Amino acid sequence: MPHDHDPDHYHAVLPSDPALRVKALETILTDKGLVETAALDEIIDTYQNRIGPQNGAKVVAKFWDDAEFRAAMRTDPMPALSDLGFYGRQGEHMVMVENTPEVHNVVVCTLCSCYPWPLLGIPPGWYKSDAYRARVVREPRKVLAEFGLDIPASQKIRVWDSTAEIRYLVIPQRPKDTQGLSEQALARWVTRNSMIGTGLARDPDQ
Amino acid sequence: MTRVHDMGGRFGDGPVEADDSVTFEKEWHKRALALTLAAGALGRWNIDSSRHARECLSPKDYSRFSYYEKWMAALADLLVDRDLVTLDELKSGHGHGVSDVANKALRAQDVAKVLASGSPYTRACDVAQQFSAGARVTTRRPAGNVLVDGGHSRLPAYAAGATGTVVICHGGYVLPDSNGHYLGDQPEPLYAVAFEAQDLWGAQANAQDEVILDIWQSYLGPAE
Repeated sequence: MPHDHDPDHYHAVLPSDPALRVKALETILTDKGLVETAALDEIIDTYQNRIGPQNGAKVVAKFWDDAEFRAAMRTDPMPALSDLGFYGRQGEHMVMVENTPEVHNVVVCTLCSCYPWPLLGIPPGWYKSDAYRARVVREPRKVLAEFGLDIPASQKIRVWDSTAEIRYLVIPQRPKDTQGLSEQALARWVTRNSMIGTGLARDPDQ
Repeated sequence: MTRVHDMGGRFGDGPVEADDSVTFEKEWHKRALALTLAAGALGRWNIDSSRHARECLSPKDYSRFSYYEKWMAALADLLVDRDLVTLDELKSGHGHGVSDVANKALRAQDVAKVLASGSPYTRACDVAQQFSAGARVTTRRPAGNVLVDGGHSRLPAYAAGATGTVVICHGGYVLPDSNGHYLGDQPEPLYAVAFEAQDLWGAQANAQDEVILDIWQSYLGPAE
């Protein structure tokens, strides 16, 4: 591990400008044959274009619509998620937490920024921010209000701090007026923030 | 006992910028993510040791670095510490010759397979499960690694010495306190434990709210 008795750490010898620092590391690693440039492009393409909250939205819509899938998500979600292709790095051990009129769930990682990548992609800026990590465990109602979400006093808030390799996905309450919609149409109502707990499912046309 | 990353409950950070929804604010952020994952695929460290490398940044660096700057600093430290790159190479900005583990480099055609295969952290476990759902448990205090002084651990300081209720028994999981220092998986039972918000934060917290953390068995004892 990096050594505490070396207060500057090795990284201090790199250029301080972050873009140049990344460039220097990429040059060193490609010079040494340890990293292939085409592999880097492939990783970026994956997380920029193929994996994102649209995956989680499909899961939530199916959860709302399909009783058999819902039962599987409550007891042993990984086989059914794998069947949908939503398995992989940072999503090996999913647990679904369901919002109800009595309970509102919200997810954080106070120690770093753990997030269910296969279902939601790479976390947004606010999720990784010190303010969110520090505050949502202590004053969730104030933090949610900063997202425009006022939780009634009658509803309990459960904050899930992702301290292990379990990844939690919030299942927002199904909005009224969505009876009879297809899973595909339902998925449009499921926002990224509603699956973290800093938002609700909402009408996509509003 | 704690480090700068352990910020849960801290005062002073101001409002959350809820509009900051971008995943990659700058072009180099994508490069930083990809480099970290590609270098990680060489297998010279693991999720826990890479987290610990970020946690070992000095408080000054940790606070002033943006998210991906932390990743880059930790990657540089890991590369040298794990003998993939020399300090001279880091200083010069160039690699001096091809690495003898270059054959392990992640190839473009394998990226999808590697990312989709993940790394499961469940393990068969010899340690008997000590608690069941509904059990009242108390976390260790002080929080911290008992194998390595100042080492990696996943019990936030705000939950040290707190009493809560087991809500989920997850089964056997790799122990980060050991894995983070290349001391083996040492799997043990992991639990989701619910704490009353007022037990953590005092009377100003909402009486019915809860905070739930995943906690390894060795961090826990029967409620005091």
